[in-house]
Amino acid sequence: MIAIINTGCANINSVRFAFERLGVTPEIISTPSQLNKFDRAILPGVGHANVAMKRLVEQGWKEAISRYDKPLMGICLGMQLLCDYSEEGNIDGLGMINGQIKQLQTGALTSPHMGWNTIQTVGQHPLTKGIDANDQVYFVHSFAHTVNEATLAQCEYGQSFSAIVAQDNYAGMQFHPEKSAKVGAKLLNNFMQWQV
Amino acid sequence: MLSKRIIPCLDVKNGQVVKGVKFKQHEIVGDIIELAKLYSEQGADELVFYEISASVEKRLLDLNWVRDIARNIDIPFCVAGGIKSVSDAAKVLEQGADKISINSPAIARPELIKELHDEFGKQCVVVGVDSFYDEQSGEFLVYQLTGDPNAASQTRYKTQEWISKVQELGAGEIVLNCMNQDGVRKGYDIKQLKEMRALCDIPLIASGGAGKIEDFSEVFNQTNVDGALAASVFHKQVIQIPTLKQYLANNKVATRLCS
Repeated sequence: MIAIINTGCANINSVRFAFERLGVTPEIISTPSQLNKFDRAILPGVGHANVAMKRLVEQGWKEAISRYDKPLMGICLGMQLLCDYSEEGNIDGLGMINGQIKQLQTGALTSPHMGWNTIQTVGQHPLTKGIDANDQVYFVHSFAHTVNEATLAQCEYGQSFSAIVAQDNYAGMQFHPEKSAKVGAKLLNNFMQWQV
Repeated sequence: MLSKRIIPCLDVKNGQVVKGVKFKQHEIVGDIIELAKLYSEQGADELVFYEISASVEKRLLDLNWVRDIARNIDIPFCVAGGIKSVSDAAKVLEQGADKISINSPAIARPELIKELHDEFGKQCVVVGVDSFYDEQSGEFLVYQLTGDPNAASQTRYKTQEWISKVQELGAGEIVLNCMNQDGVRKGYDIKQLKEMRALCDIPLIASGGAGKIEDFSEVFNQTNVDGALAASVFHKQVIQIPTLKQYLANNKVATRLCS
């Protein structure tokens, strides 16, 4: 049983439909006390880090997520909130994954980083199983996690940054696996198989 | 490397996909869901749906098909048609759309762009610009309500000033419909796109004029747009997406190939 955490930010349906296409029926939960009943969980997120983080704290998700010991994966802003700190709004995150979220230095390239880009895996991990150098995924963001020991895959856009991260039972994907066609489906499937 | 996006555009009317020539004479192309699935499976990078009668009829587009699209495809998609407020946009995004595109309502009330930016973030807000080259004056002019030939009219904006203004207000992407080229399949408006690219720091999508496979490599190589939108060449199966992608890759355009 997989839960999708609903903090009131949009795009819950896209994630739900992606799992349904894999033959999994996720449950959307809105109260933190429900979380422990599930084998794994997804923390989606779009919007501004400040607003989303405030909601996590006010609604009691911070506690529930930090006590959770089964696989939990953040997507896009959800991933950023699992990390230590975000430059967007200058706020502390949940601190489950080491590292900082900083504004992407795109130089002369257009910003936000929007579209399909290749990712390079770092070492081997169950979450990146079957991903090869030509695989592309769909990104939409202007802040990113700085590459460090939690990085499982990185991407390049003006600079290198983390595309996939994991630490203990927590993982995150900066791109949108739910919108990344077959490669995205493979990655969501990897998450469903991931044992910690 | 970030891939250049190939974006089939599906004009929606009464629940079906239609295609007109120079924004007029609409003929039925097929079922929305079937075409959306077909294009995403063939390797389209993104889809755009315009409910063309919504703005003209002063109503929000039909939300039912938006949810069906979200259920059935696994690539990003953008929806346009009569979105006039933050609450309209929220309804569309809740169904699973990734972006919303506004055109005539933004001309009527430019602050809408800022309101959408503040509520949903820049990445969701696409502004469609219908630009007409007026030979007499030699100016690029913005038009509105182009979904209906009887309602279409020139606005007070020149294309250059409107593009600068929508960026200042917080647009995250611009789709530039070069009206003189629309539906005639004689190639993208390279001159205009080059000129507008120079003014545009956010992603810019070329629209109008694609007729053959070489038109795509030309627009990417000469204008540095981020994506190319096309309708009839895909609907009429003049160009198959996998063939197009392979051609682009062979011509050194950054492309997402799907096996």
